[in-house]
Amino acid sequence: MDSDIVMVDDKGKRLDGRKADELRPMKIEAGVLPNADGSAYLEIGKNKVLVAVYGPRECHPRHLQNPTKAIVQCKYNMQSYSVGDRKRPGPDRRSQEISKIISEALEAVIQVELFPRASIDVYIEILQANAGTRCAGLTAASVALADAGIPMRDLIPSVAVGKANGHLLLDLNKEEDNYGEADLPLAIIPKTNEVVLLQMDGHLTREEFDTAMKMGVTACHEIYEMQKDALRRRYSVAAEEEQEVDE
Amino acid sequence: MENMNERPKREVVVPGDLLDDKGLRPGSGTYVLDGNVYSSLLGVKSIRSNYVNVIPLSGRYLPQTADTVVGTIIDIGPSNWLVDINAPYPAPLHVNEVPWRVEFGDTARFLKVGDIIMAKILMMDETNKIQVTMNESGMRKLQGGHVIKISYSKVPRVIGKGGSMIQMIKSITDCRIFVGQNGVIWIEGELDNVLVAAKAIKMIDEEAQSSNLTERVKEYMEKTLPAVERADDQE
Repeated sequence: MDSDIVMVDDKGKRLDGRKADELRPMKIEAGVLPNADGSAYLEIGKNKVLVAVYGPRECHPRHLQNPTKAIVQCKYNMQSYSVGDRKRPGPDRRSQEISKIISEALEAVIQVELFPRASIDVYIEILQANAGTRCAGLTAASVALADAGIPMRDLIPSVAVGKANGHLLLDLNKEEDNYGEADLPLAIIPKTNEVVLLQMDGHLTREEFDTAMKMGVTACHEIYEMQKDALRRRYSVAAEEEQEVDE
Repeated sequence: MENMNERPKREVVVPGDLLDDKGLRPGSGTYVLDGNVYSSLLGVKSIRSNYVNVIPLSGRYLPQTADTVVGTIIDIGPSNWLVDINAPYPAPLHVNEVPWRVEFGDTARFLKVGDIIMAKILMMDETNKIQVTMNESGMRKLQGGHVIKISYSKVPRVIGKGGSMIQMIKSITDCRIFVGQNGVIWIEGELDNVLVAAKAIKMIDEEAQSSNLTERVKEYMEKTLPAVERADDQE
Protein backbone atom coordinates (compact mmCIF):
# COMPACT_ATOMS: atom_id res chain seq x y z
CA MET A 1 0.00 0.00 0.00
CA ASP A 2 2.85 2.38 -0.72
CA SER A 3 1.98 5.73 -2.14
CA ASP A 4 3.88 8.93 -2.72
CA ILE A 5 1.45 11.00 -0.65
CA VAL A 6 3.25 12.57 2.30
CA MET A 7 0.99 11.97 5.30
CA VAL A 8 3.08 13.86 7.81
CA ASP A 9 5.44 16.66 6.80
CA ASP A 10 8.80 17.34 8.45
CA LYS A 11 7.13 19.75 10.89
CA GLY A 12 4.89 16.96 12.14
CA LYS A 13 1.81 18.44 10.48
CA ARG A 14 -0.71 16.19 8.77
CA LEU A 15 -2.60 16.66 5.49
CA ASP A 16 -5.34 18.63 7.21
CA GLY A 17 -2.90 20.56 9.38
CA ARG A 18 -3.40 18.58 12.57
CA LYS A 19 -0.71 17.31 14.89
CA ALA A 20 -0.30 13.54 15.23
CA ASP A 21 -2.30 13.37 18.46
CA GLU A 22 -4.95 15.92 17.61
CA LEU A 23 -8.66 15.17 17.14
CA ARG A 24 -10.68 16.60 14.32
CA PRO A 25 -13.00 19.46 15.39
CA MET A 26 -16.01 17.89 17.08
CA LYS A 27 -19.54 19.03 17.78
CA ILE A 28 -22.22 17.12 19.69
CA GLU A 29 -25.82 18.11 20.22
CA ALA A 30 -28.34 16.11 22.27
CA GLY A 31 -32.11 15.97 21.84
CA VAL A 32 -32.43 16.95 18.18
CA LEU A 33 -35.34 14.67 17.21
CA PRO A 34 -38.59 15.30 19.10
CA ASN A 35 -40.25 12.08 17.88
CA ALA A 36 -37.57 9.78 19.29
CA ASP A 37 -37.21 9.02 23.00
CA GLY A 38 -33.65 10.26 22.80
CA SER A 39 -31.38 11.53 20.06
CA ALA A 40 -28.04 13.07 19.28
CA TYR A 41 -26.28 14.69 16.34
CA LEU A 42 -22.52 14.53 16.06
CA GLU A 43 -19.97 16.01 13.71
CA ILE A 44 -16.32 15.13 13.80
CA GLY A 45 -14.32 16.53 10.93
CA LYS A 46 -16.38 15.77 7.84
CA ASN A 47 -18.36 12.97 9.51
CA LYS A 48 -22.01 13.68 10.20
CA VAL A 49 -23.95 11.21 12.32
CA LEU A 50 -27.53 11.23 13.57
CA VAL A 51 -28.67 8.79 16.27
CA ALA A 52 -32.20 8.05 17.51
CA VAL A 53 -33.03 5.89 20.52
CA TYR A 54 -36.38 4.26 21.30
CA GLY A 55 -37.36 2.35 24.37
CA PRO A 56 -37.06 0.50 26.61
CA ARG A 57 -40.10 -1.01 24.97
CA GLU A 58 -41.62 -4.46 24.61
CA CYS A 59 -39.37 -6.53 22.37
CA HIS A 60 -40.74 -7.81 19.06
CA PRO A 61 -40.32 -10.46 17.75
CA ARG A 62 -41.03 -12.29 20.99
CA HIS A 63 -38.29 -14.94 20.59
CA LEU A 64 -35.59 -12.29 20.90
CA GLN A 65 -36.79 -11.33 24.37
CA ASN A 66 -34.56 -12.16 27.28
CA PRO A 67 -36.50 -12.80 30.51
CA THR A 68 -33.62 -11.53 32.65
CA LYS A 69 -32.55 -8.37 30.87
CA ALA A 70 -33.21 -5.91 28.11
CA ILE A 71 -31.57 -6.43 24.76
CA VAL A 72 -29.88 -3.63 22.85
CA GLN A 73 -30.67 -3.62 19.16
CA CYS A 74 -28.53 -1.30 17.16
CA LYS A 75 -28.85 -0.49 13.48
CA TYR A 76 -25.94 1.25 11.82
CA ASN A 77 -26.85 2.53 8.41
CA MET A 78 -24.95 4.56 5.86
CA GLN A 79 -27.00 6.81 3.64
CA SER A 80 -26.41 6.21 -0.04
CA TYR A 81 -25.14 9.79 -0.40
CA SER A 82 -22.78 9.54 2.57
CA VAL A 83 -19.73 8.56 0.51
CA GLY A 84 -18.13 9.70 -2.74
CA ASP A 85 -19.41 6.87 -4.91
CA ARG A 86 -23.05 6.16 -4.19
CA LYS A 87 -23.35 3.44 -1.57
CA ARG A 88 -25.83 0.74 -2.42
CA PRO A 89 -28.51 1.21 0.24
CA GLY A 90 -29.50 -1.48 2.70
CA PRO A 91 -27.73 -3.67 5.21
CA ASP A 92 -24.48 -5.29 4.10
CA ARG A 93 -21.75 -7.30 5.77
CA ARG A 94 -19.93 -4.24 7.04
CA SER A 95 -22.94 -2.49 8.57
CA GLN A 96 -24.13 -5.71 10.22
CA GLU A 97 -20.75 -6.11 11.83
CA ILE A 98 -20.68 -2.53 13.05
CA SER A 99 -24.25 -2.78 14.38
CA LYS A 100 -23.28 -5.85 16.36
CA ILE A 101 -20.11 -4.47 17.94
CA ILE A 102 -21.83 -1.19 18.83
CA SER A 103 -24.76 -3.04 20.45
CA GLU A 104 -22.34 -5.07 22.50
CA ALA A 105 -20.35 -2.01 23.57
CA LEU A 106 -23.52 -0.20 24.64
CA GLU A 107 -24.84 -3.23 26.49
CA ALA A 108 -21.74 -3.04 28.70
CA VAL A 109 -22.83 0.27 30.21
CA ILE A 110 -26.64 0.19 30.05
CA GLN A 111 -28.28 -1.23 33.18
CA VAL A 112 -30.11 -3.81 31.09
CA GLU A 113 -31.12 -5.91 34.11
CA LEU A 114 -33.68 -3.22 35.06
CA PHE A 115 -35.86 -3.95 32.03
CA PRO A 116 -36.42 -7.67 31.53
CA ARG A 117 -38.06 -8.66 28.22
CA ALA A 118 -37.63 -5.17 26.81
CA SER A 119 -35.60 -3.94 23.90
CA ILE A 120 -33.69 -0.71 23.53
CA ASP A 121 -33.43 0.29 19.90
CA VAL A 122 -30.61 2.48 18.64
CA TYR A 123 -30.65 3.77 15.07
CA ILE A 124 -27.39 5.23 13.80
CA GLU A 125 -27.58 7.06 10.49
CA ILE A 126 -24.36 8.11 8.80
CA LEU A 127 -25.21 11.21 6.79
CA GLN A 128 -21.66 11.90 5.69
CA ALA A 129 -18.66 9.64 6.08
CA ASN A 130 -14.99 10.49 6.26
CA ALA A 131 -13.40 7.60 8.15
CA GLY A 132 -14.11 6.81 11.78
CA THR A 133 -17.89 6.55 11.49
CA ARG A 134 -18.20 3.57 13.81
CA CYS A 135 -16.49 5.55 16.55
CA ALA A 136 -18.55 8.63 15.79
CA GLY A 137 -21.71 6.49 15.80
CA LEU A 138 -20.91 4.92 19.15
CA THR A 139 -19.98 8.24 20.73
CA ALA A 140 -23.24 9.77 19.55
CA ALA A 141 -25.29 6.69 20.50
CA SER A 142 -24.26 6.86 24.14
CA VAL A 143 -25.24 10.55 24.28
CA ALA A 144 -28.61 9.70 22.71
CA LEU A 145 -29.17 6.90 25.24
CA ALA A 146 -28.52 9.26 28.14
CA ASP A 147 -30.86 11.76 26.52
CA ALA A 148 -33.54 9.06 26.37
CA GLY A 149 -33.32 8.71 30.15
CA ILE A 150 -32.00 5.17 29.99
CA PRO A 151 -30.07 4.22 33.13
CA MET A 152 -26.44 3.54 32.33
CA ARG A 153 -23.22 3.33 34.29
CA ASP A 154 -21.23 5.72 32.15
CA LEU A 155 -21.02 7.25 28.71
CA ILE A 156 -18.84 5.67 26.03
CA PRO A 157 -16.39 7.82 24.12
CA SER A 158 -14.76 6.22 21.11
CA VAL A 159 -11.97 7.12 18.72
CA ALA A 160 -9.66 5.46 16.20
CA VAL A 161 -5.89 5.52 16.12
CA GLY A 162 -4.03 4.54 12.99
CA LYS A 163 -0.73 4.44 11.25
CA ALA A 164 0.18 6.15 8.01
CA ASN A 165 3.63 6.64 6.49
CA GLY A 166 5.07 5.02 9.60
CA HIS A 167 3.55 7.61 11.96
CA LEU A 168 0.96 6.83 14.60
CA LEU A 169 -1.93 9.21 14.04
CA LEU A 170 -5.00 9.92 16.14
CA ASP A 171 -8.47 10.02 14.56
CA LEU A 172 -7.59 9.21 10.95
CA ASN A 173 -9.34 11.04 8.15
CA LYS A 174 -10.28 9.39 4.90
CA GLU A 175 -6.98 9.85 3.06
CA GLU A 176 -4.95 8.64 6.01
CA ASP A 177 -7.27 5.66 6.42
CA ASN A 178 -7.22 4.72 2.73
CA TYR A 179 -3.48 5.06 2.19
CA GLY A 180 -2.37 4.20 5.72
CA GLU A 181 -1.03 0.95 7.11
CA ALA A 182 -3.30 0.35 10.10
CA ASP A 183 -6.52 1.44 11.78
CA LEU A 184 -7.38 0.74 15.41
CA PRO A 185 -10.84 1.86 16.53
CA LEU A 186 -11.36 1.65 20.28
CA ALA A 187 -13.95 2.62 22.88
CA ILE A 188 -13.63 2.70 26.64
CA ILE A 189 -15.65 3.21 29.80
CA PRO A 190 -13.81 6.30 31.07
CA LYS A 191 -14.47 5.69 34.77
CA THR A 192 -12.70 2.34 34.83
CA ASN A 193 -10.77 2.50 31.54
CA GLU A 194 -12.41 -0.80 30.57
CA VAL A 195 -12.21 -1.44 26.85
CA VAL A 196 -15.62 -2.12 25.27
CA LEU A 197 -14.64 -2.02 21.60
CA LEU A 198 -11.33 -2.79 19.97
CA GLN A 199 -10.66 -3.76 16.40
CA MET A 200 -7.56 -3.69 14.28
CA ASP A 201 -7.19 -3.48 10.56
CA GLY A 202 -3.61 -3.72 9.25
CA HIS A 203 -0.41 -4.28 11.13
CA LEU A 204 1.14 -2.66 14.17
CA THR A 205 4.09 -3.83 16.20
CA ARG A 206 3.58 -4.54 19.88
CA GLU A 207 5.22 -1.22 20.81
CA GLU A 208 3.17 0.71 18.29
CA PHE A 209 0.02 -0.92 19.57
CA ASP A 210 0.77 0.09 23.16
CA THR A 211 1.45 3.69 22.17
CA ALA A 212 -1.66 3.75 19.98
CA MET A 213 -3.79 2.51 22.87
CA LYS A 214 -2.39 5.22 25.13
CA MET A 215 -3.12 7.91 22.53
CA GLY A 216 -6.63 6.56 22.06
CA VAL A 217 -7.47 6.40 25.76
CA THR A 218 -6.27 9.98 26.32
CA ALA A 219 -8.37 11.17 23.39
CA CYS A 220 -11.40 9.23 24.67
CA HIS A 221 -11.26 11.15 27.93
CA GLU A 222 -11.23 14.36 25.91
CA ILE A 223 -14.30 13.24 23.95
CA TYR A 224 -15.97 12.17 27.21
CA GLU A 225 -15.87 15.77 28.45
CA MET A 226 -17.55 16.93 25.22
CA GLN A 227 -20.27 14.30 25.61
CA LYS A 228 -21.02 15.42 29.16
CA ASP A 229 -21.01 19.03 28.07
CA ALA A 230 -23.53 18.28 25.29
CA LEU A 231 -25.93 16.66 27.76
CA ARG A 232 -25.57 19.44 30.32
CA ARG A 233 -26.11 22.09 27.65
CA ARG A 234 -29.47 20.57 26.81
CA TYR A 235 -30.75 21.37 30.29
CA SER A 236 -28.70 24.46 30.92
CA VAL A 237 -31.66 26.39 32.28
CA ALA A 238 -30.90 26.96 35.92
CA ALA A 239 -32.10 23.85 37.66
CA GLU A 240 -34.52 24.79 40.34
CA GLU A 241 -37.31 23.76 42.63
CA GLU A 242 -39.48 20.77 42.05
CA GLN A 243 -42.65 20.17 43.97
CA GLU A 244 -43.78 17.24 46.00
CA VAL A 245 -46.69 15.34 44.55
CA ASP A 246 -49.93 16.03 46.34
CA GLU A 247 -52.55 14.71 44.01
CA MET B 1 -42.88 30.15 45.18
CA GLU B 2 -40.65 31.06 48.10
CA ASN B 3 -39.43 28.22 50.20
CA MET B 4 -38.00 28.68 53.65
CA ASN B 5 -36.83 25.18 54.48
CA GLU B 6 -33.30 24.42 53.39
CA ARG B 7 -33.12 23.61 49.73
CA PRO B 8 -30.06 21.66 48.62
CA LYS B 9 -28.61 23.19 45.49
CA ARG B 10 -29.75 21.36 42.42
CA GLU B 11 -27.39 20.47 39.64
CA VAL B 12 -27.81 18.62 36.37
CA VAL B 13 -25.89 15.35 36.41
CA VAL B 14 -25.14 12.92 33.58
CA PRO B 15 -24.61 9.15 33.75
CA GLY B 16 -21.32 8.37 35.47
CA ASP B 17 -21.12 11.59 37.50
CA LEU B 18 -19.89 11.17 41.06
CA LEU B 19 -22.74 12.08 43.41
CA ASP B 20 -21.26 11.33 46.79
CA ASP B 21 -18.24 9.74 48.42
CA LYS B 22 -19.07 10.54 52.02
CA GLY B 23 -21.48 7.81 52.97
CA LEU B 24 -24.84 9.03 51.72
CA ARG B 25 -27.16 6.18 50.73
CA PRO B 26 -27.82 5.44 47.07
CA GLY B 27 -31.39 6.32 46.06
CA SER B 28 -33.20 6.05 42.77
CA GLY B 29 -31.28 6.70 39.56
CA THR B 30 -27.94 5.89 41.16
CA TYR B 31 -25.49 3.02 41.46
CA VAL B 32 -22.56 2.16 43.71
CA LEU B 33 -19.02 1.44 42.56
CA ASP B 34 -16.16 1.01 45.04
CA GLY B 35 -18.26 2.52 47.82
CA ASN B 36 -18.99 5.73 45.94
CA VAL B 37 -22.38 6.72 44.61
CA TYR B 38 -22.64 7.61 40.92
CA SER B 39 -25.51 8.80 38.78
CA SER B 40 -26.97 6.40 36.24
CA LEU B 41 -29.32 8.92 34.66
CA LEU B 42 -29.40 12.31 33.03
CA GLY B 43 -31.25 14.25 35.67
CA VAL B 44 -31.20 16.57 38.64
CA LYS B 45 -29.37 15.61 41.81
CA SER B 46 -31.39 15.79 45.00
CA ILE B 47 -30.47 14.85 48.54
CA ARG B 48 -33.26 13.82 50.91
CA SER B 49 -32.78 12.36 54.38
CA ASN B 50 -29.41 10.73 53.77
CA TYR B 51 -30.32 9.45 50.32
CA VAL B 52 -28.91 10.81 47.06
CA ASN B 53 -31.44 10.57 44.25
CA VAL B 54 -31.39 11.56 40.64
CA ILE B 55 -34.69 12.92 39.38
CA PRO B 56 -34.79 12.00 35.69
CA LEU B 57 -35.33 14.68 33.06
CA SER B 58 -36.65 12.22 30.48
CA GLY B 59 -37.35 8.56 30.01
CA ARG B 60 -40.13 6.01 30.14
CA TYR B 61 -42.59 5.93 33.01
CA LEU B 62 -41.88 3.16 35.52
CA PRO B 63 -45.18 2.24 37.19
CA GLN B 64 -45.52 2.55 40.96
CA THR B 65 -48.30 0.74 42.81
CA ALA B 66 -51.42 2.92 43.34
CA ASP B 67 -50.41 5.53 40.76
CA THR B 68 -53.30 6.94 38.77
CA VAL B 69 -52.54 6.82 35.07
CA VAL B 70 -54.23 7.72 31.80
CA GLY B 71 -53.92 4.97 29.21
CA THR B 72 -55.03 4.01 25.71
CA ILE B 73 -56.51 0.63 24.82
CA ILE B 74 -54.21 -0.94 22.23
CA ASP B 75 -55.48 -4.53 22.06
CA ILE B 76 -58.46 -6.62 23.09
CA GLY B 77 -58.39 -10.22 24.33
CA PRO B 78 -61.35 -12.45 25.26
CA SER B 79 -60.93 -11.67 28.95
CA ASN B 80 -58.67 -8.66 29.06
CA TRP B 81 -57.58 -5.46 27.37
CA LEU B 82 -54.03 -4.27 26.80
CA VAL B 83 -53.45 -0.69 27.88
CA ASP B 84 -50.60 1.51 26.73
CA ILE B 85 -49.56 3.60 29.72
CA ASN B 86 -46.28 4.88 28.27
CA ALA B 87 -44.33 2.31 30.30
CA PRO B 88 -41.76 -0.07 28.81
CA TYR B 89 -44.42 -2.77 28.84
CA PRO B 90 -48.14 -2.84 27.95
CA ALA B 91 -50.41 -3.23 30.97
CA PRO B 92 -53.17 -5.86 30.91
CA LEU B 93 -56.55 -4.85 32.32
CA HIS B 94 -58.47 -7.98 33.31
CA VAL B 95 -62.29 -8.13 33.11
CA ASN B 96 -62.41 -8.67 36.89
CA GLU B 97 -60.78 -5.28 37.28
CA VAL B 98 -63.46 -3.24 35.52
CA PRO B 99 -66.66 -1.93 37.10
CA TRP B 100 -68.89 -3.75 34.56
CA ARG B 101 -70.03 -7.37 34.31
CA VAL B 102 -68.37 -8.62 31.15
CA GLU B 103 -69.18 -11.98 29.56
CA PHE B 104 -66.21 -13.96 28.27
CA GLY B 105 -65.40 -12.77 24.76
CA ASP B 106 -67.63 -9.75 25.09
CA THR B 107 -64.83 -7.37 25.99
CA ALA B 108 -65.00 -5.30 22.80
CA ARG B 109 -68.49 -4.06 23.70
CA PHE B 110 -67.14 -2.16 26.69
CA LEU B 111 -63.79 -0.76 25.65
CA LYS B 112 -62.55 -0.50 22.08
CA VAL B 113 -59.08 -0.03 20.69
CA GLY B 114 -58.21 3.63 20.98
CA ASP B 115 -60.43 4.34 23.98
CA ILE B 116 -58.90 6.41 26.73
CA ILE B 117 -59.25 5.24 30.31
CA MET B 118 -58.22 6.31 33.75
CA ALA B 119 -56.79 3.42 35.71
CA LYS B 120 -54.82 2.67 38.81
CA ILE B 121 -51.63 0.58 38.91
CA LEU B 122 -52.60 -2.56 40.82
CA MET B 123 -49.08 -3.85 41.00
CA MET B 124 -45.83 -4.30 39.21
CA ASP B 125 -43.94 -7.44 40.19
CA GLU B 126 -40.23 -8.10 40.18
CA THR B 127 -40.31 -9.28 36.59
CA ASN B 128 -41.86 -5.92 35.67
CA LYS B 129 -45.27 -7.40 34.83
CA ILE B 130 -47.80 -4.63 35.24
CA GLN B 131 -51.48 -4.91 36.14
CA VAL B 132 -53.97 -2.07 36.18
CA THR B 133 -57.45 -1.81 37.66
CA MET B 134 -60.52 0.35 37.14
CA ASN B 135 -62.25 -0.94 40.28
CA GLU B 136 -61.50 2.20 42.25
CA SER B 137 -63.40 5.38 42.79
CA GLY B 138 -62.88 7.88 40.03
CA MET B 139 -61.51 5.35 37.54
CA ARG B 140 -63.46 5.32 34.30
CA LYS B 141 -63.52 5.53 30.58
CA LEU B 142 -62.80 9.06 29.39
CA GLN B 143 -65.27 10.06 26.66
CA GLY B 144 -64.11 12.56 24.07
CA GLY B 145 -61.47 15.06 25.03
CA HIS B 146 -57.89 15.41 23.92
CA VAL B 147 -54.75 13.67 25.08
CA ILE B 148 -51.30 15.21 25.35
CA LYS B 149 -48.11 13.63 26.58
CA ILE B 150 -45.34 15.13 28.65
CA SER B 151 -42.34 13.69 30.43
CA TYR B 152 -43.57 11.84 33.52
CA SER B 153 -40.95 13.45 35.72
CA LYS B 154 -42.59 16.83 35.10
CA VAL B 155 -46.00 15.70 36.41
CA PRO B 156 -45.39 17.10 39.92
CA ARG B 157 -44.63 20.46 38.35
CA VAL B 158 -47.83 20.42 36.28
CA ILE B 159 -49.87 19.62 39.38
CA GLY B 160 -48.02 22.16 41.47
CA LYS B 161 -47.93 22.49 45.23
CA GLY B 162 -51.20 21.13 46.56
CA GLY B 163 -52.61 21.15 43.04
CA SER B 164 -52.16 24.91 42.66
CA MET B 165 -50.90 24.87 39.09
CA ILE B 166 -53.48 22.48 37.69
CA GLN B 167 -56.33 24.22 39.55
CA MET B 168 -55.26 27.50 38.01
CA ILE B 169 -55.20 26.04 34.50
CA LYS B 170 -58.58 24.42 35.04
CA SER B 171 -60.23 27.60 36.29
CA ILE B 172 -58.76 29.93 33.68
CA THR B 173 -59.44 27.70 30.67
CA ASP B 174 -62.63 26.17 32.05
CA CYS B 175 -61.49 22.70 30.97
CA ARG B 176 -61.77 19.34 32.65
CA ILE B 177 -58.25 17.96 33.03
CA PHE B 178 -56.94 14.65 34.34
CA VAL B 179 -53.22 14.26 34.88
CA GLY B 180 -51.89 10.71 34.91
CA GLN B 181 -48.71 9.99 36.85
CA ASN B 182 -47.37 8.53 33.59
CA GLY B 183 -47.28 11.95 31.96
CA VAL B 184 -50.42 11.45 29.86
CA ILE B 185 -52.88 14.28 30.31
CA TRP B 186 -56.51 14.29 29.21
CA ILE B 187 -58.22 17.62 28.55
CA GLU B 188 -61.83 18.31 27.65
CA GLY B 189 -63.54 21.60 26.94
CA GLU B 190 -64.03 24.24 24.27
CA LEU B 191 -61.51 23.56 21.51
CA ASP B 192 -59.84 26.97 21.75
CA ASN B 193 -59.52 26.63 25.51
CA VAL B 194 -58.16 23.10 25.20
CA LEU B 195 -55.45 24.36 22.87
CA VAL B 196 -54.48 27.05 25.34
CA ALA B 197 -54.43 24.56 28.22
CA ALA B 198 -52.35 22.13 26.17
CA LYS B 199 -49.90 24.86 25.24
CA ALA B 200 -49.65 25.95 28.87
CA ILE B 201 -48.90 22.38 29.96
CA LYS B 202 -46.30 21.98 27.21
CA MET B 203 -44.77 25.19 28.47
CA ILE B 204 -44.49 23.73 31.97
CA ASP B 205 -42.94 20.59 30.49
CA GLU B 206 -40.28 22.57 28.66
CA GLU B 207 -39.53 25.10 31.35
CA ALA B 208 -39.98 22.92 34.42
CA GLN B 209 -36.58 23.97 35.72
CA SER B 210 -37.17 27.68 35.78
CA SER B 211 -38.64 29.72 38.59
CA ASN B 212 -41.79 31.82 38.69
CA LEU B 213 -43.38 29.36 36.32
CA THR B 214 -46.88 29.66 37.79
CA GLU B 215 -46.98 33.39 37.15
CA ARG B 216 -45.64 33.08 33.65
CA VAL B 217 -48.10 30.32 32.73
CA LYS B 218 -50.94 32.39 34.15
CA GLU B 219 -49.81 35.44 32.23
CA TYR B 220 -49.58 33.42 29.02
CA MET B 221 -53.08 32.00 29.39
CA GLU B 222 -54.70 35.29 30.31
CA LYS B 223 -53.00 36.97 27.40
CA THR B 224 -54.01 34.33 24.88
CA LEU B 225 -57.51 33.47 25.95
CA PRO B 226 -59.40 36.68 25.11
CA ALA B 227 -57.56 36.82 21.80
CA VAL B 228 -58.68 33.35 20.91
CA GLU B 229 -62.27 34.47 20.43
CA ARG B 230 -61.31 37.05 17.83
CA ALA B 231 -58.45 35.66 15.82
CA ASP B 232 -57.40 32.09 15.54
CA ASP B 233 -53.65 32.12 15.49
CA GLN B 234 -53.21 28.53 16.53
CA GLU B 235 -52.08 26.01 13.98
